[in-house]
Amino acid sequence: MLGDYSLGDLGAIFAMQGFAGLILFSVYVLMALGLAIIFGQMGVINMAHGEFMILGAYVTYFCSEFFQAQLPSLFPAYFFVAMALAFVASGALGMLVEWTLIKRLYKRPLDTLLATWGLSLILQQTYRSVFGPREVGVVLPDWLLGSLPVTDVIEVPINGVFVMCLTTLITVTVALLMYKSRWGQQVRAVVQNRVMAGAVGIDTEKVDRLTFGLGCGIAGVAGSAFTMIGSTGPTSGQLYIVDTFLIVVFGGATSLLGTIASAFSISQTQSTLEFFLSGSMAKVITLLTVVAILMLRPQGLFTLKVRR
Amino acid sequence: MSRDDKTGFHSPLRRKLLMGMAAAPFAGMMPKTAFAQTPATAAVNTTGLAVTDTEVTVGILHSATGTMAISETGSIQAEKLAIAQINEMGGVLGRKIKFIQEDGASDWPTFAEKAKKLLVQDKVAAIMGCWTSASRKAVLPVIEQYNGMLYYPTFYEGLEQSKNVIYTGQEATQQILESINWVVKEKGAKTFYFIGSDYIWPRTSNKIARKHIENHLTGTKVVGEEYFPLGHTQFNSVINKLKLTKPDVIFTDVVGGSNVAFYKQLKAAGINLEKQTLITISVTEDEIDGIGGDNIAGAYSCMKYFQSLDNPNNKEFVAAFKKMWGEKTVIGDVTQAAYLGPWIWKMTVEKAGSFDVDKIAVASEGIEFTKAPEGYVKVHANHHLWSKTRIGLAQKDGQFKVVYESPELIEPNPFPKGYQ
Amino acid sequence: MKTAPSFLNRRDMLALAVVAALLLIVFPALLDGFRLNLVGKYLTYAFVAVGLVLCWGYGGILSLGQGVFFALGGYGMAMYLKLEASSVENTKIQSTPGIPDFMDWNQITELPYFWQPFHSLPLTILLIILVPAFFAFVIGSAMFKRRVSGVYFAIITQAIAAIATILIIGQQGYTGGVNGITDLRTLHGWDIRTDSAKFILYFVNVVLLLSVVGLALFVRASKLGRILVAMREKEDRVRFSGYSVANFQIFVFCLAGVFAALGGAMFTLQVGFMSPSLVGIVPSIEMVIFTAVGGRMSLFGAIYGTLAVNFAKTSLSESFPELWLLGLGGLFIAVVLAFPNGLAGIWNDYVQPPIDRALKLRPKHQGDDVAKQAASTAPAE
Repeated sequence: MLGDYSLGDLGAIFAMQGFAGLILFSVYVLMALGLAIIFGQMGVINMAHGEFMILGAYVTYFCSEFFQAQLPSLFPAYFFVAMALAFVASGALGMLVEWTLIKRLYKRPLDTLLATWGLSLILQQTYRSVFGPREVGVVLPDWLLGSLPVTDVIEVPINGVFVMCLTTLITVTVALLMYKSRWGQQVRAVVQNRVMAGAVGIDTEKVDRLTFGLGCGIAGVAGSAFTMIGSTGPTSGQLYIVDTFLIVVFGGATSLLGTIASAFSISQTQSTLEFFLSGSMAKVITLLTVVAILMLRPQGLFTLKVRR
Repeated sequence: MSRDDKTGFHSPLRRKLLMGMAAAPFAGMMPKTAFAQTPATAAVNTTGLAVTDTEVTVGILHSATGTMAISETGSIQAEKLAIAQINEMGGVLGRKIKFIQEDGASDWPTFAEKAKKLLVQDKVAAIMGCWTSASRKAVLPVIEQYNGMLYYPTFYEGLEQSKNVIYTGQEATQQILESINWVVKEKGAKTFYFIGSDYIWPRTSNKIARKHIENHLTGTKVVGEEYFPLGHTQFNSVINKLKLTKPDVIFTDVVGGSNVAFYKQLKAAGINLEKQTLITISVTEDEIDGIGGDNIAGAYSCMKYFQSLDNPNNKEFVAAFKKMWGEKTVIGDVTQAAYLGPWIWKMTVEKAGSFDVDKIAVASEGIEFTKAPEGYVKVHANHHLWSKTRIGLAQKDGQFKVVYESPELIEPNPFPKGYQ
Repeated sequence: MKTAPSFLNRRDMLALAVVAALLLIVFPALLDGFRLNLVGKYLTYAFVAVGLVLCWGYGGILSLGQGVFFALGGYGMAMYLKLEASSVENTKIQSTPGIPDFMDWNQITELPYFWQPFHSLPLTILLIILVPAFFAFVIGSAMFKRRVSGVYFAIITQAIAAIATILIIGQQGYTGGVNGITDLRTLHGWDIRTDSAKFILYFVNVVLLLSVVGLALFVRASKLGRILVAMREKEDRVRFSGYSVANFQIFVFCLAGVFAALGGAMFTLQVGFMSPSLVGIVPSIEMVIFTAVGGRMSLFGAIYGTLAVNFAKTSLSESFPELWLLGLGGLFIAVVLAFPNGLAGIWNDYVQPPIDRALKLRPKHQGDDVAKQAASTAPAE
């Protein structure tokens, strides 16, 4: 495979593959971050995570349509508005779901899986009835398309850079929220001991609702960003769910750092393998490796010392 | 339009199933004004199908839910339109068509179950349906066992032929060979890179394309072949490989949501389709809706039908379709092929003078549909259609500009010698 | 819990008799061939659901990868049937006659070695049981020995289901890919496509299912069953009492896997093909849903739950093809929120007490109270 290329080409290959891996890494982190909060911090298995992402994508679609029709002069900037709205929409829906459904199930984590699976079916059908069964095309502003040439061979896609910046921004924000703010302290307190947290005066219900809303909101932003690289249709959300859960579990569900490390290792493995093998085999080998490692080290890469 | 296909009409039959069946014994009975003379039900329906003096029931079997609903919606719409139009003209043998719609739910066993329900319980006279090869393969044994009639709209990999199925889409050789010849001739292409979704249709299509490129053309070769799982959304690695191998032509048969991801990432990676030739056999106007015209403009698609075809039949069809389903809906290749199903069935029934499946199976050969939106088509003895192949250049508005049209109707050949 | 329910106590006997009468007499008498075959197909999922009652309801191990075991059985049977259907005579138009058609399309010229055993029916049946058991053993011993439990086990099995799907679809030369293995005709020379064959297969299926339920009842009543429940409630105490928790979990997981595989094999026989759409995450979760609707603690509930959900699914999708997902999704949520013990819970709370009162007119049977207690034990929390 490598014999056909010159040394210069090889350098370019590694540079571009490294970058492709970094983009994949950012995409994975973005996908997994919301779930890491919901699943890792709250223990809720949210099978409808993909559907929350797609809600963000649909919001972006409507923004693009609206700006094209009503405010064409502001079109280049619409993506930021869309992401903010996607966060609000998915977050609000998340809080509603928490209030009506999840709240009753904190003591039965496996049941949240069944209930949210039902929720995902309902959301899919709602999208299909409301937005139509076909995929919608999100029109992107021109500045997000195209690529920056670095050398003759190496080019860097702008939307890749954009996703990387976005991921960094959101990750840092979430980390600050979780580990530096008072609210984050409360979230962690509730995670570690709900009863005690309540006893010392934390409004656990409110904390839960906000945490769940935050996780869903991040999913919405991810969905919004993914209109740049993927499809938007009623069932598109299902494409992400397995990868997302594996990343979170592989990282050791309770640790944000673990999620990032696991997204990094999985994305690099996959992107490298994809270059040397066919896409299907790369995927199978990556997943198998992850599962094999999980079998040997079930607590994941990073973990708190307690086994729950 | 020269008609040397007349000779092909009598071309050797490929499967003994059809052997010995005399062509069109009932041709003389074809009524000019079907509405005027309504033959007795007992005479036109000897096998207990759901046919009354005023009505005949057919089934529509597609995915209204699940991942395939994205693609199959157009087919459902086209079939409903055709049925409505036929009813407006007086129906079939004086009977209005009533349809029962079942949902295959993108799940192959469900398709088989629903097909059986339509045949055994509802006794439908014909089924318009299926989209993916997998659903057809699941339904086929049921249709054959209970002797039903299936009108299948999708372009597909070939390697199949049944008395009980009329394939209104193209089989692989019809779609592929002409397009490769064209790109070699027009663009001087020497090297090809194949990218497909990982299932039977892309693999078989690419196999046929590869055999053609390697054995039937000179100086051309395939420099890469890649498959990705259905639903895959990350193509950066293969795009890097494309940048390094710099093939003259990227030949793709990626399907579904992957399609959208692939073209968006191709564009983002700076591969300009105005400069880099890309031929796809899986993108119709339907897919462009999701991909976005901006992202795919400049690519060539090889199909038998494009919404932009300039002929009176098509103008009428597009207008009627939009009137029924809204101004914004688009019409892709498969949608048009699905539209042919009810019409071909109607003509066959009228030619046979009967709803009986056995008679329709025999009478199908040689049915000509002059009002087809794609232009004239004819049913071959192997139950596929003679049709032209066209190459369209994707435009920013999501439509195709037809840049090439095969001069003759291409003979369908589901078991191509030398390509297996 | 003072004493455990004895094996085949009066209540179980009664329930078994009712379900047997329903499946063996009422359905065949009332339903036409097509509907009966449909019920037969649903009942193949009930095999999985019964296995899930044991390993999820009693053992507390939720597997989201039961579709994989269902597929192992289904594909095993399909491979045998496909080889029989691909005789040299039937496939003479191929470049290599005598191998399955999809292999020929993928330029495979020789039957792969792992297909060879499937020429023989006894060997096929043996493999349908042994391969899933072995596979479950490997997964189980890797995970339970390391005390993976609950949510993590669920997600890892889910990933295994995803891998299996990609693998089956990707290796289409060996597996038939996304189309699955289709066009199956005869079982040892007996045409399984005819209506009479379908009728007979239905009864074979029901008898096999009832035997599986009987076996599950036996396991439940045995010491093993009690240890399972104890493990679910307080795993550490069982461990401290000197039991090897992992071994029990592995055993029950293997058993559930074999049940699922039997269901898969019966599915192939009755439906006439096997497809990767039964392997992945969606069908695996659906099977868990059947169990939950029936009541995760009730072996008979598993059967009723499977039938109820599938009847609802079929009739809803026939009458409202574009809206049935809403109903189905709503049903799942309702079951989880309002009826965590499913149909069996409703039965035990509302229907059983009047019956019991009626029965009390007669001399009281000693096992009754205990059985009721066992049947209505709340699920793991």
